[in-house]
Amino acid sequence: MIDITGKRSRFFLISIGVILICIISLAVFGLELGVEFSSGSMMTVSFEQEVKQNELEAELVSLGYSNALIQKFEDGDFLIRLPELSNEVKAELEAALITEFGIFEGKFDKKVSPMVATETTRTAAIAVAIAAVGVLLYITWAFRHMPKPFRYGACAIVAIVHDALIALGVFSIIGGILGWEINLMFITGLLAVIGYSVNNTVVVFDRIRENLIESPHSDFEIIVNNSLMETLARSLNTSLTTIIVVLALLLFVGSTIQNFTVVLLIGIIAGTFSSLFIAPLLLVVWEKSGWRRFTRWIPTKSSTRS
Amino acid sequence: MPKKNTQAFIAILLLFVLALLTVFPINVGLLGGKGVLLGLDLQGGTHIVYQADLSSIEPSGETDAIEGVMAVLSNRINPMGVTEPVIQKKGSNRILVELPGRDITDKEKESLSSVALLEFGELVAEDEDAKWENELGRWRPATAVMDGVIKTLNSSYFKENTFANRDNFGNILLIFEWNEEGSKLSEEITSRMLGQRLGIFEGAEPLRGEGGLPIAPTVQAVITNSGQITGLSWDEATRLSQQLNAGRLPVSLKIIEDEIVSPVLGAKFVDMSVKAGIIGIALVMLFMSLYYRLPGLIASLSLIFYGTLVMALFKIMSISLTLAGIGGFVLSIGMAVDANVLIFERMKEELQTGRTLGAAINAGFNRAWTAIKDSNITTFIVCGILYWVGSSITNGAPVMGFALTLFIGVAVSMFTAIFVTRTLLYLFVGTRLAQKTNLFSPFLRRKR
Repeated sequence: MIDITGKRSRFFLISIGVILICIISLAVFGLELGVEFSSGSMMTVSFEQEVKQNELEAELVSLGYSNALIQKFEDGDFLIRLPELSNEVKAELEAALITEFGIFEGKFDKKVSPMVATETTRTAAIAVAIAAVGVLLYITWAFRHMPKPFRYGACAIVAIVHDALIALGVFSIIGGILGWEINLMFITGLLAVIGYSVNNTVVVFDRIRENLIESPHSDFEIIVNNSLMETLARSLNTSLTTIIVVLALLLFVGSTIQNFTVVLLIGIIAGTFSSLFIAPLLLVVWEKSGWRRFTRWIPTKSSTRS
Repeated sequence: MPKKNTQAFIAILLLFVLALLTVFPINVGLLGGKGVLLGLDLQGGTHIVYQADLSSIEPSGETDAIEGVMAVLSNRINPMGVTEPVIQKKGSNRILVELPGRDITDKEKESLSSVALLEFGELVAEDEDAKWENELGRWRPATAVMDGVIKTLNSSYFKENTFANRDNFGNILLIFEWNEEGSKLSEEITSRMLGQRLGIFEGAEPLRGEGGLPIAPTVQAVITNSGQITGLSWDEATRLSQQLNAGRLPVSLKIIEDEIVSPVLGAKFVDMSVKAGIIGIALVMLFMSLYYRLPGLIASLSLIFYGTLVMALFKIMSISLTLAGIGGFVLSIGMAVDANVLIFERMKEELQTGRTLGAAINAGFNRAWTAIKDSNITTFIVCGILYWVGSSITNGAPVMGFALTLFIGVAVSMFTAIFVTRTLLYLFVGTRLAQKTNLFSPFLRRKR
């Protein structure tokens, strides 16, 4: 039997450390907003002959588009992003590219107004908030026969926030290095992380509930530890099978939905960690009123008296 | 119990065959209907978001106005011969139009959202206020007073039977008929304007003939029932007649997003996702069989059943497959085995306490049920909220698609992981295989 609950401070430290790094990265790198968030023209092109990225860049610069963003896909396709262009300019540019590199497939076809994506993000944030409230209510209801059912819901929400923050932060590190931008697929991925996170946490809580009912007089800390050990294999196996599928998506579908798969991958790892080591251990801290350990430096009536 | 289980097994087999028949062939639907539908992002096509200008509409009439716009758009799109066009209200004042598999020209795009209102005008003197100005002069709307109200003459008084035709000399005519109110207005205005020019305008622009000159015929006689406009090109006359018949938009529309999705990426993406899905399923099956042995193998069979059933449901419910939807589906494969993992872990614990296989299966399923129920209900709650939010925003389609496919996936996985796996496992109860506990649990150590 491994003593997990006894080492809870370590796990909290790990999480706090990772979250700090994530917050710093979010502050330093931030998240590059995709074309959906700013108006512009975008196209995906596939050339018949092989074209190198620097050749394409040089050509676009020589045509006067030094602000063009070019991204190369593994299969040789390029994604080119430019500020909004008029139809005539687009046609000129397409003609120029044909003269230089030969026949290609694709045309400047995407025109977006930033309003839509910004609104989508805002609505997604609202959705997450409403979903969190829904989850809180349901878990509190599902654990209503337990003492203090609200705590289970609250700890599950902490786990959600934990996972979402880490997914955002780690993505901003990757994005900062590889120049990835966030798009609507990223937001979908973030939403998936939230669904996954809750699912995992509830399974662990369910085991705690069952063990509490079986031996209501045991020490809460021991019950949580036993429940963790009993669900460990399940948590790891489910995460593993999901990671297998997500990796298959990442490797075989690639850049089209890489935002989605990478966010999901980070989120699954963070979610597995938080469902085992954060949410249940927070319950223990709460039960033991261990919060005082963290707030000792605040003087209270009782402590000043003694 | 065994007899009941055999019946359940036969029912499962039948359902599997039915699901297979529904899924294959992929490109043909049930009873010769449509095949698997691909969303706009996979198939290519046109995606336009319009914003309606509701400033002139009372708040109580906004819903009616938007519905009117959608009806007119639908009338205009139908003749284009697009299969499964999407016309959806998004938020309070936006309309999403998606034309899968159809590229439209800028001209078509414009005519799709044009108000389609022809207005008639008369020339004004220098010092008077004008609404239009062109090479023929300055114009104001031709009006008449009816029942004490000033009314302008326009095509909203046309009957919906306007058509383009040629007369005996080959001239192109746009022939229209006034409704009751229109004929009174027309009678009054044309009798007042005999010998004067009657200008015709569409929006801010005069209607121009084939030669590019504004069309402004001189009123020869009093017009009461019907009239004709000459000088248009055939294409223009046909377009106008179609638009006038389809009805005019109650408010003006602005294009706020406009995208022609190229299917280049889409076709490849479908192949790649199918590949990823098959490889993902195969690897999960391999893992499950290695780790959980016989039950794992059975869970793998349920997983195949799961994949087939979900595809069949997509087809029956005509859910279009989109990028996000495929993402949700593939993700749900990973999560689909979760219920089985929960159950098998429980079974292992029960076998460790020395129970027989039958008892262990029962206890494993019963005791894992609360965890499966609570974790899946929370996922359903999240899916439900995502779907609801996705449906209310302009570009919510990916969010909706994801929520829907994940919901279906999780729901079906509860059925396959619980009912199907249990039925298949029961087939082994009482056979000699059931004695070989290492088939059921590789790391089994009986507790003393």
